[in-house]
Amino acid sequence: MSTLEVKNLNVSIDGQAILKDFSLTIPKGEVHALMGPNGTGKSTLAKVMAGHEDYTVESGEILLDGESILGQEPDEIAHAGLFLAFQYPLEIPGVSIANFIRAARAARLPEGEEINAVEFYKELYEKMDALKMDRKFTARSLNEGFSGGEKKRCEILQMSMLDPKYCVMDETDSGLDIDALRIVSEGVNLMRGSDRGFLVITHYQRLLDYIVPDVVHVMFDGRIVHSGDAELAKELESKGYDWVKEEFATATA
Amino acid sequence: MSDIDLKEQKEAINVDTEKGNFSYPENYEFDAGVGLDEDTVKYISDVKNEADWVREFRLKALDIFNKKPMPTNWATEDLENIHFDKIRYYLSKGQQPSRSWEEVPDDVKETFERLGIPEQERKFLAGVEAQFDSEAAYSRMKEDLEKEGVIFVGSSEGLEKYPEIFRPYFGKVIPSSDNKFSALNSATFSGGSFIYVPKGVKLKQPLQAYFRINAENFGQFERTLIIADEGAEITYMEGCTAPKFETATLHSAVVELVALKNAKIQYITVQNWSSNVFNLVTKRGMADEGAEVKWIDCNIGSRLTMKYPGVVLKGKGARGEVLSIALANNGQHQDTGAKMMHLADNTTSNIISKSISIGEGRSTYRGQVHMPKHLKNCKNNTECDALLINTNSRTDTYPAITTRGENNTVQHEASVSKVSAEQIFYMMQRGLSEGEAMSLAVNGFVNELMKAFPMEYSVELKRLIDMEMEGSVG
Repeated sequence: MSTLEVKNLNVSIDGQAILKDFSLTIPKGEVHALMGPNGTGKSTLAKVMAGHEDYTVESGEILLDGESILGQEPDEIAHAGLFLAFQYPLEIPGVSIANFIRAARAARLPEGEEINAVEFYKELYEKMDALKMDRKFTARSLNEGFSGGEKKRCEILQMSMLDPKYCVMDETDSGLDIDALRIVSEGVNLMRGSDRGFLVITHYQRLLDYIVPDVVHVMFDGRIVHSGDAELAKELESKGYDWVKEEFATATA
Repeated sequence: MSDIDLKEQKEAINVDTEKGNFSYPENYEFDAGVGLDEDTVKYISDVKNEADWVREFRLKALDIFNKKPMPTNWATEDLENIHFDKIRYYLSKGQQPSRSWEEVPDDVKETFERLGIPEQERKFLAGVEAQFDSEAAYSRMKEDLEKEGVIFVGSSEGLEKYPEIFRPYFGKVIPSSDNKFSALNSATFSGGSFIYVPKGVKLKQPLQAYFRINAENFGQFERTLIIADEGAEITYMEGCTAPKFETATLHSAVVELVALKNAKIQYITVQNWSSNVFNLVTKRGMADEGAEVKWIDCNIGSRLTMKYPGVVLKGKGARGEVLSIALANNGQHQDTGAKMMHLADNTTSNIISKSISIGEGRSTYRGQVHMPKHLKNCKNNTECDALLINTNSRTDTYPAITTRGENNTVQHEASVSKVSAEQIFYMMQRGLSEGEAMSLAVNGFVNELMKAFPMEYSVELKRLIDMEMEGSVG
């Protein structure tokens, strides 16, 4: 049961169907890439998985290691082990990165247990070094005035500090230059292992040069229309998404 | 955020939520009865065995109170819900304030122990006065300060024993006729702190007063006068709580500060009255040449607070400051602000106000900065930020800045921001509960300002904010 499983998920917003019978299974130890044109429902999927309340779930299931997380509060889903790296991380004025991560860690501790501050900072600094983040960043307000690349690095820092079972990364490559892309990817690759699954949502293939996926899915019109290995991503890169649309049109005609 | 662990804070909160909400059976030797007329005032004056001039002062103030209308032409109509004829104006056990906690009556002692006052005294205070309804039950200051000539007594003792020190300033910074509630206080005042710090004496630790209302339908009218003589320095802190009674309770204090040449006074308030207390307080300081008066004012509790701490910048080079935080939750209205009266050249004032409105809570900021034409090189900086949490919250800003001189500068900034649902979602995705997320956002909003507060008080304030935020999640 070590999987993150989405089964026949139907989701709408304001009466408009976005996800249509969407299914996907990510076993621990694997990296799945989800690609597709804009407006096809990739980000909606990510938010619904994380418990965003703006969407109406018509039917379907989301199971994390066999337990349903659908309908739970976002913090409960986070505690269950799902982390969402946001496409557009929010700014939280006045709250430092260090204190935010610390609070998030503390929220996971059993009643009565405390964080060891010395160990916490040691770990935080090690992980920041790996992401080539200046240690002075710990005192800065979360995402406030950060560049696009700094925000994404900060997402990966949080992801590694919170040690989730499943990572959903929504367009983590957007807004990154090539150096930042490499650093962020290295951070993600360090987290890869048999005890963790990844869903990497991206529009472009270039991220997948650095984070090589085990499986690539192509999404169109609210469902997966193609799955394959890493080669599929390269094929998409050369052919574009139009053939997917054409193939889809033929299939549904 | 400080390094205080959120978890730790949360635990403290669980203990704390009901910390102030208890009362002991009433047992008073002196009771002025219900309602207010000349006899009530005379009763209070008789119990206190006051000099004729004090008695006259009270009766004159009562007359002013009766003649002044409620300020509902500019303030909230909720004021009409105060029934002056149903309030009890004086309740005391008739004892002198004890100098040791052992001598304090058991129920009163237990009250303050539950509120943690003796513990704080041991930890970081130079002196404490603990007021229970109308009179102080406990009052003690470190002996070395007494030797240096510092006076720290209640209002009655101050007027009786040291009239030569206190009388010249009593009712001068805030005349009885200043407003309806300063008149009410001047007629019925009891308790509070009268403090004199002699020339050049600088108190390293704060003096603290703690005000506790125990009785229902009661009005607490403490009176405080702090005089810092030339070059003296003092920090004074006050805290307050009351049980949650069914009926409204009234707290109407007058606080006058006098900072003589080059003196410094810092006055810190953490107001956490229960949500049925009308808290109508007049606070003003006078700063002589080169002197500084700083108000740090935090309003978390009460049903309605109306309070606009002010500084009269009377001498050249005087400085005035008001740093305030107001948190208005459901059913609360925090109507706060600041007044700066520039009366001499080279005077500077700084106002930073942060308000947070939650649910149906309402915050109002009223500011007044006065700089007459003939003055030179006066400066004012006003910053006034509001944070709204959920759409029903309301915030109003009424800044009134009168600058006439050409050589004076005034800077005013105001902002209104919201904690968005997306920010809350983001924080919850990291594992924080909704309450923790809001609490973090609010703490972030006041974070910069809280750095200016003494540590013990910012810790207390954070805890109160977390408590309010946890409670505001439906």
